[in-house]
Amino acid sequence: MNNQQGDFQTAQTLETFGFLPKLTQDEVYDQITYLVSQGLTPAIEHEHPSGSANHYWTMWKLPMFGEQNPNRVMEELDNCHRNYPDHHVRLIGYDNYSQSQGVCFVVYEARA
Amino acid sequence: MASKQYDAGVKEYRDMYWTPDYVPLDTDLLACFKCTGQPGVPNEEVAAAVAAESSTGTWSTVWSELLTDLEYYKGRAYRIEDVPGDPESFYAFIAYPIDLFEEGSIVNVLTSLVGNVFGFKALRHLRLEDIRFPIAYIKTCGGPPAGIQLERDRLAKYGRPMLGATIKPKLGLSAKNYGRAVYECLRGGLDMTKDDENVNSQPFMRWRDRFEFVGEAIQKAEQETGERKGHYLNVTASTPEEMYKRAEFAKEVGSPIMMHDFLTGGFTANTGLANWCRENGMLLHIHRAMHAVIDRHPKHGIHFRVLAKCLRLSGGDHLHTGTVVGKLEGDRASTLGFVDQLRESFVPEDRSRGVFFDQDWGSLPGVFAVASGGIHVWHMPALVTIFGDDSMLQFGGGTQGHPWGNAAGAAANRVALEASVKARNEGREIEKEARDILTEAAKNSPELAIAMETWKEIKFEFDTVDKLDVSR
Repeated sequence: MNNQQGDFQTAQTLETFGFLPKLTQDEVYDQITYLVSQGLTPAIEHEHPSGSANHYWTMWKLPMFGEQNPNRVMEELDNCHRNYPDHHVRLIGYDNYSQSQGVCFVVYEARA
Repeated sequence: MASKQYDAGVKEYRDMYWTPDYVPLDTDLLACFKCTGQPGVPNEEVAAAVAAESSTGTWSTVWSELLTDLEYYKGRAYRIEDVPGDPESFYAFIAYPIDLFEEGSIVNVLTSLVGNVFGFKALRHLRLEDIRFPIAYIKTCGGPPAGIQLERDRLAKYGRPMLGATIKPKLGLSAKNYGRAVYECLRGGLDMTKDDENVNSQPFMRWRDRFEFVGEAIQKAEQETGERKGHYLNVTASTPEEMYKRAEFAKEVGSPIMMHDFLTGGFTANTGLANWCRENGMLLHIHRAMHAVIDRHPKHGIHFRVLAKCLRLSGGDHLHTGTVVGKLEGDRASTLGFVDQLRESFVPEDRSRGVFFDQDWGSLPGVFAVASGGIHVWHMPALVTIFGDDSMLQFGGGTQGHPWGNAAGAAANRVALEASVKARNEGREIEKEARDILTEAAKNSPELAIAMETWKEIKFEFDTVDKLDVSR
């Protein structure tokens, strides 16, 4: 057991929150609440794992400008995941002031 | 004008340079000095002397003054104020016309403002506390090669601070062993690693060999983790020619970033390298060796907030700011004051943070604040609170001192970081709830559990030497 503990195996990770256990639905909801409270615009992107190292993933519809309801964002994440089960799906919070992303993490990993 | 006559001799500085009715122009460069005069010299005379000696004046009147319009070019002491809690010193506010300075030259600004005047005999001590750069001058400076927003986009890292480590031992490793230490850190979950500032090109590890092995370490870690990685290859060198040679090779081996020591290397080298990085799509990490010599004494020298402003203008994408909580000096409010100067587009005057002027940065890109020095996993929630997302948190000993090695140490820090960010976003007070948040996260990370056990008793609780001026 001790030997195994000392053996750190390199993991394929998908950036922010990649080192935490998969977020539960409630935890994802909390992050969306944060995103909205920061005045960010929710957006969803998806990509096949073979292309996930690219800067651009495919957009799921347009960013949800003005959306304040976390449940609506949850629904769209779920929609995207059901349409592209073999793709990673990530949630983005666009910040139009800094022109950056205040939030970005993978909500659904592609089914193996 | 023509009516002026030449009157040889020595005049009191205040006759010409103390102008309490002056209203500073938007284009003036403003400076606040903390002055401690020799006994018996009136404050107005000291302030005027500082204005004179840092601009157009000299100790004696000279005839050639009458060939120009010194009223246009002179610096003016326009206000003096008491220093809270320090009866022997006072603040002098001085306005300099913009045409005293060459465009885009921090070298020229500093040569004037902190030149001969600091050795002036009528002063016991002198400290440059703050500079207000007019937006017109800022527009002449190149600034950060990339800036926070572009660096995040290039590296695809959002919504959290970045994580790094300085490779240890800082001196003595061979190039191949050094690259090994880099690879282990990066594969374990760090975003970047860093050359120690002392590492240049010593006999035990020449720069070219280090760059090659580190380049391989970065590529391998990127392939295996799927994340973007980098290592600050230190290109600080004895001559500019040598520095550029190393910069070219850093780009060639595929690191997205390199590093420079802006005070020991100097502002000329730094500005040149920042321009080179901008033209070559490279990021630039800035170390600050020698800063404490200049900025630590509360009555003499230059406050770090001035050096930080100068660096943002000269150019750099990361700058070390201290940690507040680690092994190196740094008052919390004061640190936040100059962290704002690095990252924001406008910083209002705020004496409680040691900010003496409104500062408009216009469209100049922001600089990541780097917290490094004696920090470990237990500090993570505090660091995330103090520095926010636009920061680089660097754990040297706190990564490589892990009982299972660099990769496990890196993973422990990454888990602690992400758990802190997640909890913050959930609305929790992560500084107060640090223990709960880390303990919870450690349940899923044996690496973090061991790290917490290893560093549980390490604290650096000494009082700060350079405090903000407040009445006590």
